[in-house]
Amino acid sequence: MKLKWISYPYITWMIIFIVVPLILILFFSFTSGDIQELKNLEFTLDNFKRFMDPMYLKVLGKSLSLALQSTLICLALGYPMAMIISKENIKKRNILILLFVVPMWMNFLLRTYAWMTLLSKNGFINFIITKLGFSPLKLLYNDKAVLMGMIYNFLPFMVLPIYSVLIKIDNKLIEAAEDLGANKMQVFLRVILPLSLPGVISGFTMVFMPAVSTFVISRLLGGGHYMLIGNLIEQQFLYVGDWQFGSAISIIMMVFILIAMGITAKFDKDKEGGGLW
Amino acid sequence: MIKEGLYLDKNYIIDLKKVSKTYDDVEVLKNINLYVRENEFLTLLGPSGCGKTTTLRIIGGFEQPTKGKVFFEGKDITILPPYQRQINTVFQKYALFPHLDVFNNIAFGLKIKKISKVEIKKKVTEMLKLVNLEGFEYRSIDSLSGGQQQRVAIARALVNEPKVLLLDEPLGALDLKLRKEMQMELKNMQKRVGVTFIYVTHDQEEALTMSDTVVVMDKGMIQQIGTPIDIYNEPKNVFVAQFIGESNIVDGIMHDDFVVEFAGRIFECVDKGFEKEENVDVVIRPEDINIVNAEEGMLKGRVKSVTFKGVHYEMIASGENIEWKIHSTIMKPVDSEIGMIISPDSIHIMKKVSKN
Repeated sequence: MKLKWISYPYITWMIIFIVVPLILILFFSFTSGDIQELKNLEFTLDNFKRFMDPMYLKVLGKSLSLALQSTLICLALGYPMAMIISKENIKKRNILILLFVVPMWMNFLLRTYAWMTLLSKNGFINFIITKLGFSPLKLLYNDKAVLMGMIYNFLPFMVLPIYSVLIKIDNKLIEAAEDLGANKMQVFLRVILPLSLPGVISGFTMVFMPAVSTFVISRLLGGGHYMLIGNLIEQQFLYVGDWQFGSAISIIMMVFILIAMGITAKFDKDKEGGGLW
Repeated sequence: MIKEGLYLDKNYIIDLKKVSKTYDDVEVLKNINLYVRENEFLTLLGPSGCGKTTTLRIIGGFEQPTKGKVFFEGKDITILPPYQRQINTVFQKYALFPHLDVFNNIAFGLKIKKISKVEIKKKVTEMLKLVNLEGFEYRSIDSLSGGQQQRVAIARALVNEPKVLLLDEPLGALDLKLRKEMQMELKNMQKRVGVTFIYVTHDQEEALTMSDTVVVMDKGMIQQIGTPIDIYNEPKNVFVAQFIGESNIVDGIMHDDFVVEFAGRIFECVDKGFEKEENVDVVIRPEDINIVNAEEGMLKGRVKSVTFKGVHYEMIASGENIEWKIHSTIMKPVDSEIGMIISPDSIHIMKKVSKN
């Protein structure tokens, strides 16, 4: 490889911004003592033991459950959507895809703030409800609002990979299945679904990961006291200043993400998926 | 030989009646009437865009005719979806399922019919034997060569015991040698399983070698239907003559029955039924021109070029404002004067078609 030097800047970048921080986080999570001054450092598992408190485990459970729910709902909404788009002619297809991508040109925070005003006590939705003669609903600062925010923000990440796989399925294969006696449902179950699994897996990955680690959506739509694992980590680093405990939680979260990815990768027999493995 | 008429005949397994197909105002099939007999090997032959694939897709149920009807054993199946037809297809480039192995590709149709596992295993094994792919059960599709994929595609279709098998240029992607082998194999397979084959190709040689009946198509219309020998020896019009084999086509005048004038000379021929003094096209196959000494020929010419073609030489000879293409095992050098003799039954007279 003559051009090996071309990769040096990338390798340097990855070492500085990915490998070193990861090592630091691992180091922090297993030590006690003053890490700012690097005094009295000792190996310990206390940071992890501390997390075994039911209060923290509940936060972890809630984060995983909400992330899983939002991923499954994204899948349920996104798969048919991707399918509808992929069946359109090229002009309509491009417009529909553009409509999916355009919101992403706007800042993520702004979009979430917009949902706050929509859902708030005096917001647009409650305005309509009261106009219709009903009493206003409490839409903001609960699980449903957070779930909604996750689905809204991450749905494109489910639709796009599935769409890009569906669009590549050769129409001849569908005709071949019909020719062999398969009706529409059988064509879907025996040909389209298995061939689109790689897209489903990368969509699953791309929604689950940000959903499990989010702290912005949960803060804005869940309210100041709403705790997901992302908020817990943010709190330890920014407000409590307990970097060791924060690092330990980060490691735990990463382990769970890896497990989830491992499970989804199991479904991808062909190993050709656009997943992260 | 055009098969027309609106009566239904149970002997015809497939019967197309006045079928037309229009895409975005372009008429790709114009009033096609065609029937296929049971156990026949019928080939739709024509250049690309002639409508042969559209005809096949209408029979398979992937397209519906804009006008006209399709009958299967006397029953109207015009609007029946593909999965309800007793017809299977071998697709161009095979369209094998990439997520299934060889066994499951072949078993696809049987599994949908909910046949027992033991039965499926038995039938698939039989099929693999028929197409010479024993032991390939658990191979993945992309590990197979083009020829092997082709065999899987045939097995996948035939295992369903269709009454009609449609083949859409199935040998197009194979190299010449393999193509020749597969031609023979397909023909033998068809005889053995006794299934009606409807075969689409643009390769005239392939059509002539394999078929019982050849249907020559051009511009969405059937030009001629007949046995390979009929089609080659008695082309009905200039298009067929040009498309099937090679031809010399010259202008002529029909003076009377069996008397035609072309190249400035009067010839005896075997055609009749034309108007007196009608302008006609005269078609002569290059191998039907016999070379003799210059003074003994009906026509004279000077050899302009000679090309060695393996079995024969191809010579271009010019004379009387006409260039003659001649195929002969006798080689005459460039610039030599030759005589040409054409026997009456080698002269094919065709009505002039108004050029469109």
